[in-house]
Amino acid sequence: MVSATKPEMPVSPRTSARMATSSVGTTVLGWLAFVSLVATAVLGLVVSPRDVVTGDAVRFLYLHVPVIWVAYGAFISCAIASALFLWKGKSRADRGRHLDRVAGASAEVGVVFTALALITGAMWGRITWGVYWQWDARLTMTAMMFVSFLGYLALRRLPTEPSVRSKRAAIAALVSSVNLPLVHFSVDWWRTLHQEASLSVDEAEITGNMYSVLLFSSVAFVLTGIWLVAHRYRVIRLEEIRDDEGLELAIAARRAEAGVD
Amino acid sequence: MIRDALLIARKDLLIEWRSRVTINQVAPLGLLILIVFAFAFDANRNLLTKGAPGLVWVGVLFAGVLTVQRSFTIESADGITDALRLSSISPVAMFLGKAAAVGLQLFVLEIVLVGGAVVFFDSRIGDPVLLIAAAVTGTGGFSAIGCIYGAMSLGVRVRETLLPLLLIPVVAPILLAGTRAFERALDISTQAGWNWVGLLGVMWGVYLAVGTLAFGPLLEDG
Repeated sequence: MVSATKPEMPVSPRTSARMATSSVGTTVLGWLAFVSLVATAVLGLVVSPRDVVTGDAVRFLYLHVPVIWVAYGAFISCAIASALFLWKGKSRADRGRHLDRVAGASAEVGVVFTALALITGAMWGRITWGVYWQWDARLTMTAMMFVSFLGYLALRRLPTEPSVRSKRAAIAALVSSVNLPLVHFSVDWWRTLHQEASLSVDEAEITGNMYSVLLFSSVAFVLTGIWLVAHRYRVIRLEEIRDDEGLELAIAARRAEAGVD
Repeated sequence: MIRDALLIARKDLLIEWRSRVTINQVAPLGLLILIVFAFAFDANRNLLTKGAPGLVWVGVLFAGVLTVQRSFTIESADGITDALRLSSISPVAMFLGKAAAVGLQLFVLEIVLVGGAVVFFDSRIGDPVLLIAAAVTGTGGFSAIGCIYGAMSLGVRVRETLLPLLLIPVVAPILLAGTRAFERALDISTQAGWNWVGLLGVMWGVYLAVGTLAFGPLLEDG
């Protein structure tokens, strides 16, 4: 007979001590990110003036430009963490697992933000250029970066030994990063239609209110990106603990079940 | 090291020669891709002639993925990778040897595909030196980066789907530069073609450098 009451899965002390996915720091960061995103929506939709040429479509600027900056930042973080993993990983007490988690969490956030940039860019492009997609250098480069890191994430999901997977993923991230300048150079030679960089130190094309709103929205999306990376880092760590302790817990659960029966 | 690399290349080429997989399966597949494109473009002769350089490189790309896959499948059977690691052959020599073998097979495939483009798409070879230079540098780069990803997918059950996903975005610049150089060599555009060959050469150098650094650590886990 099967027991009517389902026994509770025991949790090892090691797991329960590190079960939390948030801390005071990330909670504060999360709230800051949320409030600044709401403020960005208000500033972008209400306070910011319409553009004389593109009208209301200019409001895409406050979404499209910051998300691609966050994506670039996340991919750079992934590349640096991967390089450090290969360089210093073996000599560290945790065998570089911390760096591997940073690389994985950063790449995930980078891929999501690149997807957002591509979607918002296509919508903006439809209004300003009349087409969803232009085969110009920067768009092509972004699309290639997106699929490259999708492959990287697929590699991270392989059902192999964690240390093998981490090393292969780190090498893949570095190869993709080394390849990006080559992609950039080749597509740049191929064709360039995209407007120049939106913000530059010497001469800003966007001025006044719009400039301030863009800077504010950038801060909001950077905070959101960091918050997401911190949480994904913790979830990856919990997944690793689950994998490490899976067998131990399964045996304990089986024993508990036998006790109930 | 060069001797060891040549040994590995000879071994791979001998296996291919005896099994005839590249000649009997991969090369016909490349030609089939050209024919299927003719169906897709409604056999529009002008369009096909204009697009021939790109179609040839797309054929090389897909057939190249299969060739790389094949090159590493023969290693994964019967613990050959471990046997090679136990031998005194350095990973760098293994990488160079495998890349040379894949590169040579792809170069032969390119000759077949360009021949196919001449026959099916009415392409005209205007600058054979440029054509050969682009083919050599392009396939060199492709085989180098292909072998890095081939080693990365060693021992993985989902290799057949993983390898194209990893490899195709990375080799996109080769496809782009190779196509532009072929356009000049096949008299389709008047733009300078040698710049693109230079870029292909730079890519080849970068991928060879990355491969010599990465192949050892990748094989350690294979």
